[in-house]
Parts: sequence; C-alpha cells; structure tokens
Amino acid sequence: MSEYTLIHLKELEAESIYVIRETFAQFNKPAILFSGGKDSIVLTHLAKKAFWPAKIPFPLVHVDTGHNFPETIEFRDKLVEDFGVDLIVGSVQQSIDEGKVSEEVGFNATRNRLQITTLLDTIEANQFDACMGGARRDEEKARAKERFFSHRDEFGQWDPKNQRPELWNLFNGLKHFGENFRVFPISNWTEMDIWQYILLKNIELPQLYFSHKRKCFVRNGTILSQSDYQELRPYEEVKEMQIRFRTMGDITITGAVESNADSLEKIIGEVAAARNTERGGRADDQRSETAMEDRKKRRIFLE
Amino acid sequence: MESNNYLDGDLLRFTTAGSVDDGKSTLIGRLLYDSKSIFEDQLMSVQNTSKKKGLEHIDFSLLTDGLKDEREQGITIDVAYRYFSTPKRKFIIADTPGHVQYTRNMITGASTANLALILIDARKGVIEQTKRHSFIASLLQIKHLVVCINKMDLADYAEDTFDEIVNDYEDFATKLEVEDIRFVPISALHGDNVVDRSKNMEWYQGSTLLHTLENIHIAGDRNMKDCRFPIQTVIRPHTDEFHDFRGYAGRIESGVFKTGDDVVLLPSGFTSKVKSLIQNETEVERAYPPMSVTMTLEDDIDLSRGDMIARPNNQPEASQDIDFMMCWMGNEPFQPNNKYTVLHTTNKVRCIVKEVLYKVDVNTLHRIEDDKSIGMNDIARVRIRTTKPLLVDTYNNNRSTGSLIMVDEATNNTVAAGMLT
Repeated sequence: MSEYTLIHLKELEAESIYVIRETFAQFNKPAILFSGGKDSIVLTHLAKKAFWPAKIPFPLVHVDTGHNFPETIEFRDKLVEDFGVDLIVGSVQQSIDEGKVSEEVGFNATRNRLQITTLLDTIEANQFDACMGGARRDEEKARAKERFFSHRDEFGQWDPKNQRPELWNLFNGLKHFGENFRVFPISNWTEMDIWQYILLKNIELPQLYFSHKRKCFVRNGTILSQSDYQELRPYEEVKEMQIRFRTMGDITITGAVESNADSLEKIIGEVAAARNTERGGRADDQRSETAMEDRKKRRIFLE
Repeated sequence: MESNNYLDGDLLRFTTAGSVDDGKSTLIGRLLYDSKSIFEDQLMSVQNTSKKKGLEHIDFSLLTDGLKDEREQGITIDVAYRYFSTPKRKFIIADTPGHVQYTRNMITGASTANLALILIDARKGVIEQTKRHSFIASLLQIKHLVVCINKMDLADYAEDTFDEIVNDYEDFATKLEVEDIRFVPISALHGDNVVDRSKNMEWYQGSTLLHTLENIHIAGDRNMKDCRFPIQTVIRPHTDEFHDFRGYAGRIESGVFKTGDDVVLLPSGFTSKVKSLIQNETEVERAYPPMSVTMTLEDDIDLSRGDMIARPNNQPEASQDIDFMMCWMGNEPFQPNNKYTVLHTTNKVRCIVKEVLYKVDVNTLHRIEDDKSIGMNDIARVRIRTTKPLLVDTYNNNRSTGSLIMVDEATNNTVAAGMLT
C-alpha cells in the first residue's frame, strides 16, 4: 500500500469521528445512548478522540431497566468517572412506578419493550435532539438501510420510506421543532472491526465478555443467566457453566455462549470462526423474521 | 476470515446496480457466501424461506432484501449496505436497485464508491439500463468500472457472446469519463469466475471478480494535491492544562498538510502556519485524506464552522454563482421559484435558482433543451445564486468541495444532489 493509505480500521475511525463532530456541530443537545455493550463503549472512546483535549461535550444516557447485570452498572460508573463525562439515567422502574408502563408477566417476561417509553421520556425531559447509538449495519437485515443520520418524527417514529438520501458525507440534520435524530457513527463497522479495534487500542470491556463460570439455565436453546428477575419452569435446572456473553442487554434476555475465550485474542478467534450472528442469541430477535423492523417501526430502536 | 491479516488491508467501497432479474442479489449473496461472510443462522433462515417459496436452490436474494415492504413487493426500494472482507481488503457494498424510478438511489450509492459494478445479462446484452448505470457512475466520477457479464451459463459459456457484449459496451463507453473499465464473464448462480476460476470458460484469461476487487489500485484516486480542510467545529478545552488551546476540528478532504506549512484561512484570506496536527490524542507530522484531525495555527485567528483552510498558492474558488449537474430526488417536482438550503462541505447557505440550462436523458446522454420540467430522478444542469460565497472546486477535481445537496425549506428533506461543473 502507498505511503498515504489508511488501513481500513483507521478509515472507519476517521469516518466515525467525522460523524460525531457533525452531530455536535449540527445539533443543540446531542447525547450518546450508552448501553454498556462493546459498541457503545467503542463509540464513547471515539467521541473522546473527536474532541480531545477537550472532554466529551455531551452526556451519556443510560436506560436502566433494573434488570441489568451488576457488572454493567459497575463498568458504566467507572467509565463515566475516568472520562469525566456526564451521565443521565432513565429508570424503567420509575416508569413502572409512575404507571406509564406495566410489567410483562409470564415466564418470558422482559423489560426490553418497556425501556422504549423510558428512553423517549428521558429524551423529551432533557430535550435531546440527537441521540448517538452504537448500532451497526451488519447486525441485522433491517439495519442495512439505516442512515448515519436517522430522522424521527415528533412521535419518535421511523418511517423506512421517508428517510433522507445520504450523499457523500453531507449529513442533513435539519429538522422541525420536536423532531429528533438517531445518529449511528459506527454504521459501517462490522463485529470483527469492533473487536479488532478494541484489541488495537486496548479498550477495557466489562468482564461479562470474557469466559467465566456462571449459574445458568437453558430456555428454548438459549443459555440465560440465573437472576432474581426470572422464574424457572419446573423442568428447568440451574447449573454452573463456563460461558461468556457476545452482546450486553438485560440479564433476562441476553443469551450466553459456552466458551473458554478469556482474552481478546481468543475472543477474536471465536468471532472469526463463529457460525451464528451475535444477535442470534437474543431472544427478542427470534420472535419473527422481521422482528427488528417491527420493533423499530413501532417506536424506536435503542441500541 | 483470517484475523492475522486483518489489520493490514485497506477499504474498498463499491456500488452495484442491476434490475430485478439480472442476478444482482444472487451475485452479492454469492460474494458474501463464498467469502464466508454469511452466518449459519442467516443461511438457515434463508433456506427455510426458499423452501417455503417452493424453490429448489437457495435464493441468495433473500439475504439482501431486508425490509418487510420490499419483501412483500419483491423489490429493493433503497440503498442497502453490505460488508465482507478477505485477508486483502475490507469491502463495503452500496447495493442499489436498478429500476428507472430509483436513479436517486443509484446516485446515493455511487456518491461514496471507489468502484462500480455493472451487471449485464448475457442473454440481453447492453440495454438502456446498463447505459443508465454506467452514465451515473461516470457522472459521479467513479474511477473504476467492473462490468460483469452474468448468466454465462445460460449463454453456453460462449466466448463469442462475451466478446460481442464487450464490443457493444466499449462503443457506448467512449461517451463516458471512465478510464478503467474491466470485463468479467460470470455465472453468479453457479459461482463461475466470482470467487473461483470457472472451468466452463477456459478461454477467459483475466481475473475472477473477487481477485479484481481485491487488487484494483485505488490509493491513487484520492486528490493529494489540493489542500482543503473545511472546519467542522472549534475545540477549546478551557482547562488549566490547555488554557489557550484553540483547535480546528475537521477532516482532510484533499491534499497533504504538514506542520510548518503556510496556510490561508478562507474566506478571510488571512495567512498563518500549521502549528500542530492532532490525530486522535497524538500529534502527527502529516495529515492526508480521509483523516479526521484537529489543527492548531501559529496565529490566534478566529475561525468557525464553514471556514476552510487551504494553501496560499492553491485555493478553491469563492463564488456565489454555482453551476452544477443536479439530480432531483424530491417526491415533489423541482420548483425553480422556491428558495432552497444548500449544504456544501461544512457550510449551510440559502440559494435561488437562476436558470435551468438543460435536462439530460440518462439513457442516451442527450441534452433536452425544450422541456425543463424536473421531477424525481431527473438530471439537469442548473445555475444557482447563493446568499454568501461557497469555497468550491469542480467535482472532477474534488469530490468533496465539488459536491452539494439541496434541502427543501418547508420539509427539511434532502431533495437534490449536485456535482459542480
């Protein structure tokens, strides 16, 4: 390669930083939606690079379902302190207590759907007009057409037929009062890119990503962590397994994989040999073939 | 995917265009499948759906047709981005539908592409649509075209058929501004010459499609001569350690900047020198496209978003009268009497339309001068006047400073793309 060629990870990094800076420059009140997963962690690191030596000039927003892995919350609080960035927490428990949403019942009850209301309320209360998320286009079919700047109407709705064309790197963030945008600066990264970047930059991750022993049970082929939030069926049994997680979500829905990968290098080896997509372990995506699109069209998507 | 080589490769963005039947989705599915970029759960889901539809083979197009609306209609309605990588390169495909009414999607996909992949059905040869795709690729200044003559299996893998199509295409291509055009005879369905060399076409001595994509040289396509640095935002930390720090954040759109270089600040015309270039959190000696950097200057000069840093002896033109090829993308027809917002580099201005010079027939490239009504997907040459000067180059010389979009002031929708002439 010539002297003036960027390796592809550097080009992706430069693109994402450009998008983050555009978001800051074009909007009044941007924020990062921080899920505690590796994608939003990488996004936060990119935001730090985009404004250095200044601090990240907008807050992180975390929707706390109350069903998080404790490790996620610990990690979040440490990162916020290290980066000197503001944190705003939207609480699903509070939305439930205020009667805005009601808890799902049954064995497969999750708070996944409820967090949408909490997120929209948090956006409205703080008047955020651009929320950056760590979604990638390679994750799921419906995301392959997502824009960097994704327009939402005043009801938070995404209309796949009315998205603005995105040409060159000219991002159109113009909007009417009450409307807002989701911005996805790492749209063009793949799962492998994210892992390689984490390795290259030695980015710290929650321990949940690495192989560890955990009390788990298996439901519909998905390995789930035992927790206080989920009732077991009579025939389901809890056993100690050597597992790790490929994505971070609520403890009630995030599927684990059996794995001995206890280092980044080993995880990358696993990802390279993986036969299933990382979302394959998400109980929520398996509900129908167009599950993600349905969820997104209904209100919004979070990650 | 071999992860040991993963860090060495560069990035190639290419666009594909094709109609419902010429096997584009199958080709993309084949590239993803043969490069092992498809996961088992995705494949299983596609296998199941193929079976439900009563098909004997796996319908690869199901991998790429994502949204429910288009699956119901059986068409692709928008630009979809796909990813795959080989040990040599990472690829981003901007996959666009080929229907007449979706010129706007093709332009969107082509706007960020290094290369365009044009599909021709071996039984049909060069048709209007082939010409339209090629013309758009040329209009968007894509430097490399790879013309895949597909469905060779249905043309007896005949060399004559291939040669005839190549000749026809080359005749037509004299009208295009593309220097690098390559032809590959393939069968996407059976995989001939896609990733593996075909045993059915031993007369073909050239590279397979994937080998071509992996080896095409694109580093020379960037403009490394004309230094252009549009400012996105100003960084002022206001901390004790960086009390007087004032950095200009942006991306190097073209040219190479070095510390100590003389620079001119536009539009003011003041000059200064580059004091430092910061990439991420470290200082670098040189910055080149497409790096995102923060630049500091020797002199304390107040610059803001929309301003540009260039070299005193090589500056963009500052102009309020802008001539460009416009592709109309709005649902409503173009209204020459409306005012539009123009986004150009990091600048936002308003404009009025002075004149529609002519419309272009995208199938024949002929100028149409008697009908100047412009609707969705029409391409026309127009002249606008902006409220303040823009810092421009021609699109031929500079894809960044030579491009703009127009936004409808009532809806805020992006309604046109422009390439400056």
